[in-house]
Amino acid sequence: MSKLKAHDLIPVAGNGLLPRRLFLTGGIAGLSLLRAVPLSAQQNVPEWMRAPGAPLRPYGERSPHESRVQRIVGSMPGTTGSGSSRTPLEFLEGMITPNSLHFERHHSGVPDIPPAEHRLVIHGLVRRPLTFDLETLTRYPLISRIQFIECSGNSTALYAPQPPQAGAGALHGLLSCAEWTGVPLGTLLDEVGVHRDGKWLLAEGADAAAMSRSIPMDKALDDVMIAIYQNGERLRPENGYPMRLVVPGWEGNTNVKWLRRLKITADPLMAKDETSKYTDLLPNGTALQFTFPMAVKSVITSPSGGLQMQGAGLYQISGIAWSSAGRIRRVEVSADGGKSWAPAALSAPVLPKALTRFRMAWRWNGGPAVLMSRAIDETGAIQPARDALLGTRGAAYRYHYHAIQSWAVAASGEVRNVYV
Amino acid sequence: MSMSSRRARLVCAVTTAALVMLGIAHAAQTSSSPQAASAPRTSTPPPTPKGPSLGVAVSAAEIAAMDVSIGPDGAGLPPGSGTPKQGAEVYATKCLACHGPEGANGINDRLVGGQGTLTSAAPVKTIGSYWPYATTVFDYVRRAMPYPAPHSLSDPEAYAVTAYLLHLNGIIGADDVMDATSLPKVKMPNRGGFSSAIQPKR
Repeated sequence: MSKLKAHDLIPVAGNGLLPRRLFLTGGIAGLSLLRAVPLSAQQNVPEWMRAPGAPLRPYGERSPHESRVQRIVGSMPGTTGSGSSRTPLEFLEGMITPNSLHFERHHSGVPDIPPAEHRLVIHGLVRRPLTFDLETLTRYPLISRIQFIECSGNSTALYAPQPPQAGAGALHGLLSCAEWTGVPLGTLLDEVGVHRDGKWLLAEGADAAAMSRSIPMDKALDDVMIAIYQNGERLRPENGYPMRLVVPGWEGNTNVKWLRRLKITADPLMAKDETSKYTDLLPNGTALQFTFPMAVKSVITSPSGGLQMQGAGLYQISGIAWSSAGRIRRVEVSADGGKSWAPAALSAPVLPKALTRFRMAWRWNGGPAVLMSRAIDETGAIQPARDALLGTRGAAYRYHYHAIQSWAVAASGEVRNVYV
Repeated sequence: MSMSSRRARLVCAVTTAALVMLGIAHAAQTSSSPQAASAPRTSTPPPTPKGPSLGVAVSAAEIAAMDVSIGPDGAGLPPGSGTPKQGAEVYATKCLACHGPEGANGINDRLVGGQGTLTSAAPVKTIGSYWPYATTVFDYVRRAMPYPAPHSLSDPEAYAVTAYLLHLNGIIGADDVMDATSLPKVKMPNRGGFSSAIQPKR
C-alpha cells in the first residue's frame, strides 16, 4: 500500500472531488472518512464480553441493530400482493443484493409452490414437448452468473415535472443484483428441438396472474437461464421459487418467476404485459413495443436523498452503475452540478450486465453542492442528462428512465433530489 | 499383474474421471460447446446433446390442459360464446368493485374511455384507447381475473365480460356475440398504434 501524498488531496474536479487514485492504490486507508464510525477506546470490558453469547442457529438472521434496513413496500389498492417492494440502495454496499432485500414486483402475490408438484413444460413449435421438474434440472450442468435485474418502471417518478423527495431506494430500488445459478435455457431448447419457425417463446409463471411475456428466440439462445439458486441458496419465494427465468440486462418483467411453461411460437402472443403495459407511448400517440434492454445508468447511493451529512470534511461518495450492453467502462462524478467531472474508482470485479460499485473521495467544504454521476458502458453509450432524455420521449413515457441523478447537498447537511 | 502396474492403471482411471469432470465444470462455467464434456481421449467426439436429456415426454392432452395463452389470430380460443348483456351481469358481481361502474372510476385500472387522448399531456390508456388486440382481453381475463379468484370464470363468462368491455368502449354492438370466430376479427381502435423496437431474425 502506498503512502498518502500531499498531491493526493489536491482536488481533480470542482467543489472538492479528490483523485480516484486514493481508492485504486489503497491510499484511502490513510484517510479518515466521515462515513466511518470512529472506534472509541474500550477502557472497560463491555457487557457482551462478560458472558457467553447467543446459541448456534440453523439459519442466520442479521443483527437486530440493522433492522431499520427494509424494503420499501407499496401495493396496489385493494391488494396486499400486487405491486412492488424496492431495494433500500442507500443502505447497501458492494454489488450483491442480499436475498432478503432483493426487489419484488408481483402481479398477484407470491405463490407457495411445493417443489415436488411444480413442472416446467416446454411445448409449441418443438419436435419433442418435454416436462422438467426441479430435481431433474439440478442434474444438468449448472452455470452461475452475477446479473442485475431492473424493472423497466424503475425511476419512473423522475418523469414528474417536480423532483420527488425520496431516497435512492424509493426512487431507483426496483433494481437488484444477485449471483444466479441454473441451467442455460439453450440446453433445454436443444433438447426439445425448436422448429425453424420458432422465433419467439411465451414464458408463463405459476402465480395467480399466470404472468406471461414473449421473448425472442435469439435472446433465449444467447444468455437466458432458468435459475434455481439465488446467491447460493434456492430462490426465495418472492423471486420465483422453485424456478425462474433470468434474462440478463432486459426489463425485469421478462424475467418470469415461478416459471411453469415455455411455448415456442412464430410470433409474439401479445400478452397484456407486452401491449397494455411495458410499452412506451411517444408524443405522436404511437407506442414502441418490445423495448427490452435496460440502458446504461448509474446512481450515487451515498450521500443520497434523505441522508444527513455529518459536517464539513472528507467523505466517501459511493454508487452503482450498470448497463444491459455489457460492462461499465467508466463512471464520472461531479460535485458542482455538472460543471466539472472526474472519473471514479470502479470496484472489481466489473462484470457484464451486473452492478458495478464506484467510489470517489470528496472533501465537502460545508457549502451547497450538487452531486451527480454519469456512467459510460463498454459500447461507449453514455448516460444522458434528464433534459436530453425527456426531449426525445415526451411527457407520457413511463418506462426505461435512465437519466443522470442529481443530489443537492445543503449547507445544513440535508440531501435532496434535484433536477439540473 | 504387479502391484505397481495396477496402481498405475487406477491412477489413470482416476485422472480420466477427473478430466471428464473438469470438462463438465468447464462447460458449466462458459456454457460453451457440448464437446467439452466428452472424454478427452476422443479426437473427433460424436455430436452429443448439450445436456443430459432428462426431460420427460408430455402428452398433447396435458399441454392442452395448461395452455391458456391466446394468440392475436385467435389460436387457442375455446368453444363457447358471450354477449355484452350477459357480460354486464358478470361484471356487476365480479369486476365492478375494483374497476368501477362501466369500467371507470374504480380503485384499479380504468378499462373504458380515453380514446383520442394518446397525444395529450395526460393520456388515458384503456382497452378502448390503447389495447391493440381484443384477444388479449380474453386471455388476460381468463388467466388472471377476477383478482381474488382467477380461473373461476367459465369460458362463456370470459367471452361475455370481454364482449361487455368491448361494447362499453364502443367497439362492438350491444347484441354482438363474441366467440372463437368473431373475437379475433374485432378491429381495435389502436390496432395500428404500435411499432416493434426489435425484429427477430427470420
